[in-house]
Amino acid sequence: MNILWLQAAGCGGCTMSLLCAESPGVFDLFEGAGLEFLWHPTLSEATGAEVRALLERVESGAQPLDILCVEGAVLTGPKGTGRYQMLAGTGRSLLDWVRRLAPCAAHVVAVGTCATYGGVSSAGENMTEATGLQFEGHHRGGILGEDFRDPAGLPVVNVAGCPTHPDWVTETLMMLSAGELRAEALDALGRPRFYADTLIHHGCPKNEFYEYKASAEHLSEIGCMMEHLGCIGTQAVGDCNIRGWNGGESCTRAGYPCIACTAPEFEEPGHGFAETPKFAGIPVGLPTDMPKAWFMALASLSKAATPARVARNAVADRVEVPPTLRKPRG
Amino acid sequence: MNGKSLLVGPFNRVEGDLEIRLDIAGGRVTRAEANSPLFRGFERIMLGKRPEDALTITPRICGICSISQSMAAVLALADLAGAEMPPEAMRAAAILHGVENLCDHLTHFYLFFMPDFARPAYAGRGWHGQMAERFTAAEGSGLRAALEARARLFHIVGLLGGKWPHTLAIQPGGVTRAPSARDRIRMQADLRQSRAFLERQLFGAPLESFAALETAEAMAAWETGDAGLFLRAADDLGLAAMGRGPGRFLSWGAYPLPGGPGWSGGLWDGALHPADPAMVAEDLSHSWMLGGAAHPMQGETLPDEDMRETAYSWCKAPRYGGLAIETGALARQAVAGHPLARELAEQAGVTARVGGRLLEIARLQLLLEDTLAALRPESRFMERAELPREGEGVGLSEAARGSLGHWIRVEGGRIAGYQIIAPTTWNFSPRDASGTPGPVEAALVGAPVAEGEETPLSVQHIVRSFDPCMNCTVH
Repeated sequence: MNILWLQAAGCGGCTMSLLCAESPGVFDLFEGAGLEFLWHPTLSEATGAEVRALLERVESGAQPLDILCVEGAVLTGPKGTGRYQMLAGTGRSLLDWVRRLAPCAAHVVAVGTCATYGGVSSAGENMTEATGLQFEGHHRGGILGEDFRDPAGLPVVNVAGCPTHPDWVTETLMMLSAGELRAEALDALGRPRFYADTLIHHGCPKNEFYEYKASAEHLSEIGCMMEHLGCIGTQAVGDCNIRGWNGGESCTRAGYPCIACTAPEFEEPGHGFAETPKFAGIPVGLPTDMPKAWFMALASLSKAATPARVARNAVADRVEVPPTLRKPRG
Repeated sequence: MNGKSLLVGPFNRVEGDLEIRLDIAGGRVTRAEANSPLFRGFERIMLGKRPEDALTITPRICGICSISQSMAAVLALADLAGAEMPPEAMRAAAILHGVENLCDHLTHFYLFFMPDFARPAYAGRGWHGQMAERFTAAEGSGLRAALEARARLFHIVGLLGGKWPHTLAIQPGGVTRAPSARDRIRMQADLRQSRAFLERQLFGAPLESFAALETAEAMAAWETGDAGLFLRAADDLGLAAMGRGPGRFLSWGAYPLPGGPGWSGGLWDGALHPADPAMVAEDLSHSWMLGGAAHPMQGETLPDEDMRETAYSWCKAPRYGGLAIETGALARQAVAGHPLARELAEQAGVTARVGGRLLEIARLQLLLEDTLAALRPESRFMERAELPREGEGVGLSEAARGSLGHWIRVEGGRIAGYQIIAPTTWNFSPRDASGTPGPVEAALVGAPVAEGEETPLSVQHIVRSFDPCMNCTVH
């Protein structure tokens, strides 16, 4: 299958992350899976006039297009014109190009949280009127509209993440290429369930601290970051702590909170990214699929039962008290 | 050939969006306009937010200079708070930042810049066969090897920073993960792999030998590795004389370390001057922005929705003491005092810019090795830094592609002003009120254009030699 990749209003970080794919690298991986770039702004030789000619051929149907990947939010401003981002050399806005090319593609993939939901490009006052392809934040719609479906019946495939993990992108594209990504493989926000059915909490190395609500009070302390430091890994979807990034790491492994970058509107949490909003001393955002009273009861019980080792390590920047060695039997 | 105009775009293998308008007469470019066609409005996004939100938002200006943006924001907040990181945190932050810059240099050389020499248009040149084997876009053996080396190097950022891009690990008070002795050994192993790649493939020799080159003549005689292949083609195509910049080079200074910066800052124009941020102002005469020229601490971002005819870019035009300046690896090394870089700064063309970058790759690997060797895992890596509710802060840093500054103003605990001047804002700025073109616009004048060329190769070499990051440019 061929891929046309357009960079709309984003930072290019999802492409940069894609290039971190390992064992094998992205080029070998795609070659083996029968995927090739018709054009990619960062990777292809073709530039200028050659690219304009290619885009015109795709638009006219002379060049069949299998997968359209869009990275970055689409700007509809100022005043609905999309002129805050013109596709260089073409005299046309990215908004216009994406609307025209999406119906030409066998599949449309939004890469990253900007392309899926608007993301950081739509933060603050959003004066550029940035939006995702099929969502504007939590709301369905976006520039392609709620009813958009590709010829196979799929909505826009939303590979959300800021940035995306390289494997989320490569595996989505390989599954599309193999005809194995059907509508039921996507969650309600259009994200591939192979990484959206798990939580960042799963596999988090701070799980023992979480069990006892042994909390870090300041960044660089190794305790759980849910109670004080804004971590919402128990509510955020993704397999970051199962799969690992850049050699097996993750945000929480590096000692800073999960900010749920795979979710719509993560860019506007309504509080500091590294602080937990509380009501009467109790964190407001508790796990989504657990009765609050139960959570509170378990939390107070486990806090009372916290081993001294766990309590002390939680507020240290490294393990100060190692586990007690079990006495040999007999 | 009669005079004509060319519109070059989409101009790819630069990070982000770029359009170049060229006037051509007598087979040469006579005038160039660089248009940054994307406005995202990060300086507006920041208004009204908490100062510490800059740590999460501003790295997302750019997916390739993410840690550079993070460092500039951290330094601006530290300046606001009057805070300083503990010594070992400075080292850890310098390692995170240095690894990103080293990876960016590799990405630029192997993925963005060199594939142009593999184009069929150069078939028949003595070096073309080897170029095609090493650098054909998405296929070349050199390019694939570099991608692997880069991914492995980023394991260091994974270990200290969790992921790349967009880590939140660097804070005004230090870094969020205290590395252990095991972590340090692991990172040293990663750095050895990086050295092996550089010595086997890029330089074809010990990297100390390249770092020890002192003259442009000695560099031109370098024959081994991919560096040698570039220099051979550069000589054949006359790239040393092509794409001359303004000859004034700025560096804010890179890698704050306990004993002072790894590479000191300054302005080099054949002599060294201190770099004074008070000398900076952004001119808006040819950018789609409203308002007048201002120092970034007073500057605003008011986009001209009508995109008036007399302007042609969303990029503002920063000037230093009223003059256009060039920034980047060549500038950094010349300012830091390296004899080769200072000689190359006199050439100031495509070969000089790429040569300066190759020199910095060698020197940055050495700096990373030394910094990691000095890192003491048993130390503290974070102190508390309280941000005041009122005040100002400046964060000056160096991204792979040059000088980066953040200027923050806080009122009532909220951001009242946030201005950013990125490397490519300097290098790809439009004209100013006096009609003086930006550095790349001036560098393109005189570039040869062959009959029938729609996207002149000379223009591509010159533009890419600056290593532009268009995402950062307008932000």
